[in-house]
Amino acid sequence: MGFMDKLKSKFKQNEETEDVSQKYQEGMKKTRHSFSGKLNDLIARYRKVDEDFFEELEEVLITADVGVTTVMDLVEELRMEVKRQNIKDTNGIKDVISEKLVEIYYGNDNEEIEKLNIQQEGLSVILVVGVNGVGKTTSIGKLAHQLKKQGKNVVLAAGDTFRAGAIEQLEIWGERADVPVIRQNAGSDPAAVIFDGIKAAKSRRADVLICDTAGRLQNKVNLMNELSKVKRVIEREIPGAPQEVLLVLDATTGQNALSQAKTFSEATDVSGIVLTKLDGTAKGGIVLAIRNELKIPVKYVGLGEQVDDLQVFDANAFVYGLFADIATED
Amino acid sequence: MAFEGLADRLQSTIKKITGKGKVSEQDVKEMTREVRLALLEADVNFKVVKDLIARIKERAIGQEVMESLTPGQQVIKVVKEELTTLMGGEQSKIAVADRPPTVIMMVGLQGAGKTTTTGKLANLLRKKHNRKPLLAACDIYRPAAIKQLETLGEQLDMPVFSLGTEAEPVDIASRAIEKAKEEHHDYVIIDTAGRLHVDTDLMEELQQIKATVKPDEIFLVVDAMTGQDAVNVAESFNEQLDITGVVLTKLDGDTRGGAALSIKAVTDKPIKFAGMGEKLDQLEAFHPERMASRILGMGDVLSLIEKAQSNVDEKQVKELEEKMRTMSFTFDDFLEQMGQVKKMGPLDDLMAMIPGANKMKGLKNAQLDDKQLSQVEAIIQSMTKKERQDPSIINGSRRKRIAKGSGTSVSQVNRLIKQFSEMKKMMKQMTNMQKGKKGKGGFNLPF
Ligand SMILES: Nc1nc2c(ncn2[C@@H]2O[C@H](COP(=O)(O)OP(=O)(O)OP(=O)(O)O)[C@@H](O)[C@H]2O)c(=O)[nH]1
Ligand SMILES: [Mg+2]
Repeated sequence: MGFMDKLKSKFKQNEETEDVSQKYQEGMKKTRHSFSGKLNDLIARYRKVDEDFFEELEEVLITADVGVTTVMDLVEELRMEVKRQNIKDTNGIKDVISEKLVEIYYGNDNEEIEKLNIQQEGLSVILVVGVNGVGKTTSIGKLAHQLKKQGKNVVLAAGDTFRAGAIEQLEIWGERADVPVIRQNAGSDPAAVIFDGIKAAKSRRADVLICDTAGRLQNKVNLMNELSKVKRVIEREIPGAPQEVLLVLDATTGQNALSQAKTFSEATDVSGIVLTKLDGTAKGGIVLAIRNELKIPVKYVGLGEQVDDLQVFDANAFVYGLFADIATED
Repeated sequence: MAFEGLADRLQSTIKKITGKGKVSEQDVKEMTREVRLALLEADVNFKVVKDLIARIKERAIGQEVMESLTPGQQVIKVVKEELTTLMGGEQSKIAVADRPPTVIMMVGLQGAGKTTTTGKLANLLRKKHNRKPLLAACDIYRPAAIKQLETLGEQLDMPVFSLGTEAEPVDIASRAIEKAKEEHHDYVIIDTAGRLHVDTDLMEELQQIKATVKPDEIFLVVDAMTGQDAVNVAESFNEQLDITGVVLTKLDGDTRGGAALSIKAVTDKPIKFAGMGEKLDQLEAFHPERMASRILGMGDVLSLIEKAQSNVDEKQVKELEEKMRTMSFTFDDFLEQMGQVKKMGPLDDLMAMIPGANKMKGLKNAQLDDKQLSQVEAIIQSMTKKERQDPSIINGSRRKRIAKGSGTSVSQVNRLIKQFSEMKKMMKQMTNMQKGKKGKGGFNLPF
């Protein structure tokens, strides 16, 4: 079954999916129109599969920050596929392109991986990490709100003791989501704050503890060591925790995101990505390469600054999003 | 790994050409293809790359490259020249208004680093230019943004003007200026909330502030890690606000920073400053030609050399070399060396400037961490004078004493002594090698 058909049938089968992707679309409304048929538009403009077509495809994908190696490989594969199947017009290549893109994203894994790993019984810990300013604290606020709405008992730990105003920022998000925030004074040891957070979460019989951390650039060895230490404290206190280590990536980031994913994984064994700021014009295409090379899935996307602007990641919608601007050009 | 520098990328093509005697048009094509890939991998915008490549190709196909004996190096030279030209000269001046206060407005996307840069800029104005700035807290949207600026104000011991989160940003800005006049501040730096360039309401708010306070400078703050979207952001902010300059932040990271080229290409406004760390004194003048090397993956070697030069004394270096050669290098010398390295700043920062250093396995595992350095220091300081001169006398009981005195363990002491003797051996080999090469040594550029 072709990709388009798969997508359509998925929507028919599953109302929940439809709901999610509608929200997703709404979030992207500012700059994007409905995603259906984005690829169709590229295809409609080129009747023949020729070098110009491939060149534009290349351009579209590179402009979405997919990464030059990934794009070159993909387009090369497509060229071969076109030869092999003797495809002449662009209609025939449609499915091949979208399937290849989704294949890059999923590899051979199943699709269930997006789900957040929260235990039914006992405390689950989510550690949130990333470079400066990507949206860690905001995403924590949104996530807390979402989990709370699902009936979970949530506690936040203000592990960013370094950046000015960071603790107060998390406290405001705690109020918005109506969940308690465990904190110490600015400048105290982050591992100690997290330790406190675990104790408090346990005594409150919380379901989820979400730990904020200070933003840090991945090439700072000291700071990365500090992060590993925080993770070790969690591991020591609760066997099997942290259940999730979420790396927050800014969709505006270019190829450096791959280096971020690599280094943060080495330090904290990242289990999933939150891709923020997709409400802007950046596409965050680098997550394709990250998923492909490092097998780290995107779990959530950030689509704004409000408490509701966090959505579960939808790979299909995302792949279409990469082509969004082509349709709007005409 | 995907991120090779341009020099690595050109290696295979250059190898093919070497010995052929003549460079063909096809060879040049292949080289410019590699240049294109290198620039794209460095996050230079697609369209900007296209234009650049067209110019580079033109020059390369001309005699400059094709008739050169070292076509690879020529290509790199041409590319570097084109990049440097595009990026323009150095311009880190800040406007001065005829009638004070001079007003600077900081704008940009969310999370770019506006507030921190506001603090850094204020610090720079006071320290370097002897000014007395007032900071204005106009980010009423992000939770605790005002608190963040106020904390920075406290750290700098500088006043921050705010009216809480209920006032309109325009009013906060204009009242801040009134206050600056009353209290004789010669600069007002307005910190605004981060916003998307496509958010029409919030962009209008900036235009309103601009119309009301008539700023002398509008700095667009951009994250150096920005990808292809940098052109949209910069173009849009520039169109709507006619910015006067750019500050590139987080350049202490390991990003290539191709966004710098993209921004300059679409706005033609100077990149004035570079954010080099989270501390408030880590704002530096932007150096276009160094940025060109960095984008091409040649590392920020120049900054490193400059740092070394400003901290290391020539004479000491000569003495050290002599000691290394004659094997009379002692723990005392070692201690002194460490002091020098420390003066150059946090080790992480230094490592980040060496091309490829963060990719070298050995270096990474060596875990150059400032805490370990202080431990090493403590161990050496716990040695007697004699022990420092002649480590061979350090027996078991002495080791125990040293460990106790420095708050470390015997195995840590053992390790250091072993490392020291290995280092001495290595130094000897290295100095011998350098002598063979005759005066070359030092920093070798990777091409
Ligand atoms: N438009 C948009 N803005 C976002 C999104 N997520 C976060 N932001 C904004 O990005 C800015 C930085 O977010 P923070 O949550 O403070 O980022 P952080 O990673 O915690 O930052 P540090 O703790 O300073 O490293 C804030 O202005 C947020 O409102 C998003 O999905 N869309
Ligand atoms: Mg934060």
